[in-house]
Amino acid sequence: MIVFEKPKSLVDMPMHYCPGCTHGIIHRLVAEAIDELGIQHKTIGIASVGCSVFAYNYFDCDMVQAAHGRAPAVATGVKRANPENIVFTYQGDGDLASIGTAETVHAAARNENITIIFVNNAIYGMTGGQMAPTSLPGQVTQTSPYGRDTTQVGFPVKMCEMLSKVDGATYLERVAVNNVRNVRNAKKAIKKAFQNQVEGKGFSLIEVLSTCPTNWGKNPLDSLKWQEDNMTPYYPLGVYKDSTKEEK
Amino acid sequence: MAKVTFKEERCKGCGLCVSVCPKKILQLSKEKLNSKGYRPAEITRQEDCIACVFCATMCPDVVITVEK
Repeated sequence: MIVFEKPKSLVDMPMHYCPGCTHGIIHRLVAEAIDELGIQHKTIGIASVGCSVFAYNYFDCDMVQAAHGRAPAVATGVKRANPENIVFTYQGDGDLASIGTAETVHAAARNENITIIFVNNAIYGMTGGQMAPTSLPGQVTQTSPYGRDTTQVGFPVKMCEMLSKVDGATYLERVAVNNVRNVRNAKKAIKKAFQNQVEGKGFSLIEVLSTCPTNWGKNPLDSLKWQEDNMTPYYPLGVYKDSTKEEK
Repeated sequence: MAKVTFKEERCKGCGLCVSVCPKKILQLSKEKLNSKGYRPAEITRQEDCIACVFCATMCPDVVITVEK
């Protein structure tokens, strides 16, 4: 009996991500959630710009490639035109927390019935490791070689905390994928985000703390540890808003 | 019997599966290289596997299939 195999919603092809990059785990969790809810035939994904730009190659469902940061806006259009479809976006921190902040906040404010998977690795991965809005204070990147100086460039943007003050948002949770337990929790969160949409409850955003071994300059295992030691204290895990409970 | 198989061509040798195996029966191959030049993960003692799925849970490239 097979207890674990590739989810059906994932195309059988090699992913372009660097060795040890947790994007692959998050892709798999999304595909597993789609499989378990039986919504593959009616799911439409919106790929972002960044490392996850090729997400449209990996998910076995209809996919749209949006302009940088505009995935929530495109998802809004797709969902409103096809309300019977399940629409999700898959965005990194350079996409969602930087150029796409406005689209994200307003999609949340309108309580669009979409699911957003937000992968936060505190750095711009695809372009070569520049400082992102989510880079930690003191973090060394290509464009902050002496560490992020908060007097010059300000502080990281905490999306879950910020969106939790938006009345429209329905479900916000921050999870990580740095160990088996956290991966399982992340799976539950992602599945719930899709479930919310199936039930028409509204805007769900799952922030997943991820790693970038290449641009952090660490090996995959050290990256997981660095994420746990440095990112998790700054970006605490947990549910930031769940108005599905309040409705009961 | 529990059985773990690896799609070795897909493996990028990141070693995350090796790090989480509770029975310590996984390793990155010492002899083999796949066509991308990575040393793929492999199982050393299949009979000791308990099918906990930890390795497959942490694998970023969906290399691993677990049977029981």
